[in-house]
Amino acid sequence: MPAPYYLALSAVLFAAGAAGVLVRRSALIVFMSIELMLNAVNLTLVTFARLRGSVDGQVLVFFVLVVAAAEVVVGLAIIVDVFRSRETVDVDAEAALRG
Amino acid sequence: MDVVLFGITAVCALAGGAGVILSRRPVHSALGLLLVLLSLAVDYLLLGAQFIAAAQVIIYAGAIVVLFVFIIMLLSPGGSDSPASGLKGGALAGPVAAPFVAALCALLAAGLVALVSRASPVPKAALPAAFGTVQDVGRSLFGRYLLPFEAASLVLLAGMIGGVALGRRLGPRT
Repeated sequence: MPAPYYLALSAVLFAAGAAGVLVRRSALIVFMSIELMLNAVNLTLVTFARLRGSVDGQVLVFFVLVVAAAEVVVGLAIIVDVFRSRETVDVDAEAALRG
Repeated sequence: MDVVLFGITAVCALAGGAGVILSRRPVHSALGLLLVLLSLAVDYLLLGAQFIAAAQVIIYAGAIVVLFVFIIMLLSPGGSDSPASGLKGGALAGPVAAPFVAALCALLAAGLVALVSRASPVPKAALPAAFGTVQDVGRSLFGRYLLPFEAASLVLLAGMIGGVALGRRLGPRT
């Protein structure tokens, strides 16, 4: 299978994730869209690792997995904390950090 | 064989991605995300990344999606009538945003056409037999990338402590 097809799939998935982050109001769905973008980048890294015949790209994907896991734990804890005090997960309603 | 598998996984991944951003209930979004993750794991196998495919299923599909579903169950942010299920205020609306979105979509489509039109097969002969196995990735991980690997353990520890610290209830509700 030619590599550009994998890259095209990755680009479309990244665009979908970016659209989800920009458009949706639920903080949970915004987080899932971020996961979508991270996975699109992972697919690109694995494709280029395959093209170059080097395993370095796959090691990078491993680190992305680690950072994504830590990010999800902290982010979901923040969402739960906000929900406890505000009773909402709407990112439009949350203006406490607005300057 | 590769073409058929890639076609199936691509369709599944795109459907899952659309499900993540379009569904009105967060649980359906989580299921769409699961579909995307499993499809991408198959793609990783097609690209010779066995270790990454296994890690994808275990970490993403096994741990992160379960965490998402758990939090959705905990918060139960409501169905289609809750305000958080809608779009952000002013997103995709108005005379400014619509042409901008159309231009971005056209740019993406043009880039995709240019990318796919110069497609050439992935060279297969250049790869060693053990490419992407646990031994191969592990040798790289504990050799050249030993210091980042240890730093990753610190990141995970920081995430764990942060999760516990944020999840702990600090006194009575304000």
